[in-house]
Order: sequence, then C-alpha cells, then structure tokens
Amino acid sequence: MTGLFSEVFLSALLFGAVTAAIPLLLAGLGEQMSEKAGVLNIGIEGMMLAGAYLGFVGAFYSGSLWLGFLTGAAGGIAVALVMALLCVRIGLNQIVIGIALTLGLEGLTALLHHFQFSRSYPRLPAADATVIPLLSNIPVIGPAFFKHHLIVYLAVALVFGMSYLYRRTQLGLNLQAAGDKPAALDVAGIDVIRTRTIAVLTTGALAGLGGAYLANVGAGLFIPFITNGAGFLGIVLAMLARGRPVWVLFGALLFGVCLSLTTAMQVAGINIPTDVIQMLPFLAVMIMLVLFGRRASLPAALGIPYERGAR
Amino acid sequence: MSNLSSSPVDSRDIVALEGVTKRFPGIVANDSIDLSIRPGEVHVLLGENGAGKSTLIGMLSGLQQPDEGRILVDGRPTPITSPRHALALGIGTVFQHMMLVPTLTVAENLLLGGSWWQRPRTDELEARVAEITGSLGITVKLHAKVSELSLGEQQQVEILRAMVRNSRLLILDESTSMLTPKGIEELGALMRRLVEQGLAIVFITHKLKEAAAFGDRISVLKLGRKVREIPPERFAALGEQEIISEIVELMFGKQKDDPEAVERPARAVDAQAAPLLQVAGLTVAPTDNAPGLSSISFDIRPGEILGIAGIDGNGQKQLAEALAGQRVATGGLVRLAGTAIEALSVGERRQRGLRYLTDDRLGEGTVGMFPVSINFFLKQVGAAPFWRSGVEQRAEIDRRAAELVREYDVRTPSLKTPVARLSGGNIQKVLLARELAEGAKVVIFNKPTYGLDLANTLASRQRIRDTAARGLAVLLISTDLEELLSMCDRIAVIANGSLVGTVANADDARTRVGRLMIGLAA
Repeated sequence: MTGLFSEVFLSALLFGAVTAAIPLLLAGLGEQMSEKAGVLNIGIEGMMLAGAYLGFVGAFYSGSLWLGFLTGAAGGIAVALVMALLCVRIGLNQIVIGIALTLGLEGLTALLHHFQFSRSYPRLPAADATVIPLLSNIPVIGPAFFKHHLIVYLAVALVFGMSYLYRRTQLGLNLQAAGDKPAALDVAGIDVIRTRTIAVLTTGALAGLGGAYLANVGAGLFIPFITNGAGFLGIVLAMLARGRPVWVLFGALLFGVCLSLTTAMQVAGINIPTDVIQMLPFLAVMIMLVLFGRRASLPAALGIPYERGAR
Repeated sequence: MSNLSSSPVDSRDIVALEGVTKRFPGIVANDSIDLSIRPGEVHVLLGENGAGKSTLIGMLSGLQQPDEGRILVDGRPTPITSPRHALALGIGTVFQHMMLVPTLTVAENLLLGGSWWQRPRTDELEARVAEITGSLGITVKLHAKVSELSLGEQQQVEILRAMVRNSRLLILDESTSMLTPKGIEELGALMRRLVEQGLAIVFITHKLKEAAAFGDRISVLKLGRKVREIPPERFAALGEQEIISEIVELMFGKQKDDPEAVERPARAVDAQAAPLLQVAGLTVAPTDNAPGLSSISFDIRPGEILGIAGIDGNGQKQLAEALAGQRVATGGLVRLAGTAIEALSVGERRQRGLRYLTDDRLGEGTVGMFPVSINFFLKQVGAAPFWRSGVEQRAEIDRRAAELVREYDVRTPSLKTPVARLSGGNIQKVLLARELAEGAKVVIFNKPTYGLDLANTLASRQRIRDTAARGLAVLLISTDLEELLSMCDRIAVIANGSLVGTVANADDARTRVGRLMIGLAA
C-alpha cells in the first residue's frame, strides 16, 4: 500500500485529475451559459461527441492538434445550430430535442468511426506539454498542474473570462435577463431569440472543444461513446454552480479527481472490482446533489421557449 | 356629442391611431379605433376587462401588429414592428405585469438593452438618473436588487427606465392595480409632473375615480370599440359628478338588440324561509399572486340566486374554493342548512349537498383523457354502485352516464370519447350533470358561461334558473354584469377580497352595481 502515497503516484493522480477535469470544465461552462439564458441544453453530450469525433478527424488528417480543436468546436457548433433552430427559434421541447440529439450523435459518430477507423484504430502522438518554468519544479504540485497542454491553461483562464462576461458586460446582463425574465429583455429592445441563440452556439463551441480535448489529448484516439457521460456531468456542474464559473472549475476538479482515482487505483493494483471503482464519479455526483442540489437556484424561465406576447 | 370617435388627426399628435382593428381567433379585440395622443396630456383609456385595452397597448408598444388601419407617429404612418422600434420612436411602456428582471439590480435593469459589445456605463447612468429623479422628486435605490423593492418602487423604476430612454410617450397599463392607495396618489402626482414636462401619457384603467382624477382626456372602450371620447374642454365644463355619471352610463348602459337579454321572470323567494347557506366572517389569507378574503358574510335562501359581481381577480375564485373546502379559510363560519361545515373536507361538504362548478373546466373540473362516462362520476370514484370492492362497474357507469347524457343533452360521439374532445359547452354540461346530481342543496357556479357560445350560454343559464326553481340555493359568480342582471335575485359586489355592497336586483341595479364595481358607493 505504500505505493499509493508516493510522490509519483500522487502527482500522477492529480495530473490525471486535471486531464479528466478539462472536458467537464468546458462542458460545464458551456452548459452554464445556455442555462443562464434559459435553455436547458440536454444535447450537450451529443455536442461533445460531435466535437470529439470531428476534433479527432481534424487532428489526425492535419497533424495539428490546434486544427483539431478548431474542427471539434465547429462540430459542437453544428449540433448546437440544430438545437438553436428547433428549441430556441421554433420553440420545441428542449428536453426531448436534447435527448434526441445526444442519442443521434452517439449513433452517428459510432457509425462514422466504424467505417473510417475500425480496422486501423489510429492514435495521435502524445500532446506537447507547455511546461511552466519554476512552478513546474514544485514537488507533486509542479508535475501535476504545470506540465499540461497549452489549452488547459486557456480553459482555466476562460473561467475568469466568463466571470467577467457575466458580471461586467452588457452581454452578460442580457444573458441573465433572457433566462430570468425574457419578456423584460424583449421590451427593453433586445431580441430574446438571438440572445439565446448566441448562448446555445457558444455552448456548442465549448462542448465541442471539450470533446476534442477528450479525444485528442486525454485519450489520443476516438472510440464510440468516448464522452461516457461527460456532457451530463457538465449539466450537473452547471446546476450546482448557481451561475458562477469558478464553482464550475471547483466541481470539475472534484469530479476529475474521482475519475482519475478510477484509473489510478486500477494501476496501483488495488483489489477492488473495476465496476465499483468506475462508479465513483457518479457516486460523487449523487453526494454533491444531495449536499448542494437543494440550494441550486435555476433561472425562472429555464426550459421555457420564449414567445412574444404569451403570458 | 353622440358622434363616435370625433378626433381628426391633429398636428399636435405624437401618436395617432386611425381605424385600427385587431382580431384574434373568435373575437375582435379592437374594432376600428381612432385615438389621438398629445404631449402634455394624460389620455385615459377606460374600460372593463375584455374591452380591448391591453391589445391596444400591445400594438403601440410593438408586441402586436394591427390587422387593419394605421398608426401615425409625428403625422407619418409608421408600422411599429418591434418593442425595440417602439422604444426608438420614443414610446415607453410600463406593462401591467412587471417587466423587470428580479435577480438583477435596478441599475442593471436600466442598462438592459444596450448593444451587447458595450460595457454597461454605470457612471453615465447614475448621472442621468440623478437628473431625472431630481426633477420628478422621486428617489430610486440604484444598487438594490429588484426583488427587494416594493411593487410601487418597481413601478417607479419602470417609469424611470422609460425616461432614461428619452420616451416622449409613456404608456401605463393598469398601473394602479397592484398599488396601495398612497402609491396610487403618488403615481397620480408623478404623472402630473411628467405631463408638465411635456410628456404624453396614456393611462389605462378600469377605475373611474382614477380616470376622473388623473385624466385630461378620456376614451371609453367597450367590447373592443371606442364608444366615446371626452376631450379636455368638456372635462373642464362638466363637474366631476356629471362626468362620472355620464361614463357609468357609457360603460354599463344597456345595449340595444342584445341577443342575451332575457327578461328575468319574476320569482318569489320566501323571505321567511331559513337560509340554506349562511356565511359569516369568512376570511382567507392572501397569497403571493392572489388576494385573500376579508370577512365575507352573506345568506342564501332556498330558491334564491345570489350573484357575485366584480372585476376578475378580486377574490372570486378564492371565495368559491373556500366555500367548497378546496382552500383553507383562516376564519369564519359556513352553515349548510343550519349545520356548520367549515371544518369538513371537500368530499364531506359535497356529500352534504354543497356543489361547486369550477370555471377551470378542463384543468380541475374534468380529466381530459378520461372518457365522458367516467367524468360524470369523478367525485364518486370508489363509491357504490359505480365501484364495488374497488372494481369499476362498467355496466352501471355506462347505464347511468347514458341517462345523464340524454337528460343534460351532452353532444358526444360516444360515452367512451375523451372529455377533452368535446366543446366547452358540452364539457360544461358534463359538469352540470355531475354537480347537480342527487343530493345537491347549494350550488356554486363560477363563471358558468365563460367562453361558451350563445346557444350553450343560454342553455347553461336556463339550467341555473331551473336549479333555483327546484328550491336550491345558488351562488352565481360572474364577471358578466348582463348575466347577473338577467338571473339573480340579489347581487353582491366583490372588490379586493371583500364584499363592498349588496344590491337587490331592481330597476336601478345596473347602475348601482356598476358604480360599486368601479369603486364608487352605490
């Protein structure tokens, strides 16, 4: 058991936690924006899958991870466009469409993968890490937090960008109004549909990016159902975070640790059935929901399509 | 002065309507309305519910488009295409329902609507607000959350918002309905200061007193038509009392050739008989979105129809539900044929003969997906002879349902048809059949003809009259004054959860009830 608490093990555990947390963070931030604007985006799992697949394809054929992230985000946006069209513009039920998108994308990406890669199972080379000087020399913490791909630092910076957006900008105000009292936004002269569309498309971009990170950096390959509920965890994070991006970050790290433990304990050769270990993150979700879920306050108009003049 | 809508477009008009018509499925909400709105004037739009006031506002604020006619802004025909467009034209609206985001601060609410790439300019806003509030003599807490403000304060914020955006025309839709008397007075003073600064105000209300007190020009709307405009000159010439009596006549005066008009057959109610329903001091606590009841008392004798008149939302539903036992009363006595029933449950009250026909026919009255037959016996589920040992007796149910369908003339394709597929009139018949079934002693009707066509309306009314003729006590709650006048023996008027007066249905009842309804003494 001594191996469990060695420096190497701990920093590997935390490194894995960060790697696992980044897709959750991006999904959570994206979902948060949709929910703020009043759209319950259940399709986010599908957006992540689209991002993972297209991100992998982009990176694989171009040889550039950055191009992969770009195509991944584009894939997420493409799915989000469908969502925005059906749920925001036409006003169909957000939950039904969201589930349909997720299931549809699960099938579609699995099918495309089967035709394209099922014989070769190609992998991407390991991602280049951007090593932060000095900080990365700290024992345990250094290798765990400061030897990641550049996009990891950007994702964390995005948390603070989002905070600024919500608290200090006109768009932030408009987003919140669109979720809490869309009619007030409408009579203030701002197009509610457009505001919500912006939010959903941003969600798509972030979720797609998260998916691409998962495939290109986290796994180095695409396999069907690779997201394995990461989008849904993002929804949970957004609900628990009560509109605050920093809380999404904390939540994502917590879930990241759980996910990383799953791998780490298997590597450490602890004799617990893997099924039990793999339950950990979802157990954590339930505990978090019991502890904090009751205080989660959601926007008043969440899930309700906006129709001008309807009361 | 009897020529209708005599307001030619004037060069002084900021906004003018010419023959504006708006139709919704089944009704004409606005029927060729002319209106002229001028700076320095409070133009009151006065009318009952359903007179078309809100639709008119919807068109002025860009939420709805007229079907016919045109809107002129500064003399030029201008379709107002969106709320944003209305704001750009200088038309600011304070809606009946608050249009502020409760989770944002006052300042943030005032900043809503800027271009999305801009940073909100809080300091600029503060200077502008200080300037406006200074000249109007109001104070606004800029950094308080809207949800922490009183309704009066929220309304001031909305007016302020219109001013911050340089509105030239301010529309106030039923703005006094949620204010305290002091708040109403303050609003009146504020409107006066605003028009003195050259603003035009359109003030919508159904309260005559406010119209006379705050208005410079009054347009009276009735059933979507503008029936009269009282210009400022006439306002000045007539005394307040004369104006009020003139408007009462306009709003509640009898229309000619009304197909619903039925002579009320003279019926003798035995004044000596013991009341079937006695209510004394019935009190219900108010909730967030509904008024309470304060100390309601009345008696109904056998064979008598007592009407409850009033503007919708003044506690009618609360009264009906408190009597039926569906809403907790905080105090008061209810006696049914002499026995106290206020502590009994809904089912026990029903068993003893108290029946309630809800106005929410599909929501709480019936189960839409259930067949017509079951809906007849919804309130007897589990009881013999229709259920035995918990098992549905299909044959017995169908036999009795078939009788009721015949007796009450329910037009249904079959007994198995889901009740939601029937028309409103036929659903109402199902409810009537269910509630008037054996054992009924006191029946409460809540808006029994609301939303029905003429034939079904007349049939329902006849059914209610027959009910009373059988010696039952009837409480008839309605917002339709004609209906009450054509049926009731006495009419009580409810306002803000209390009965403000009871009038015997004699020749002068129309005017007296009308006066009570708009807040004057009978």
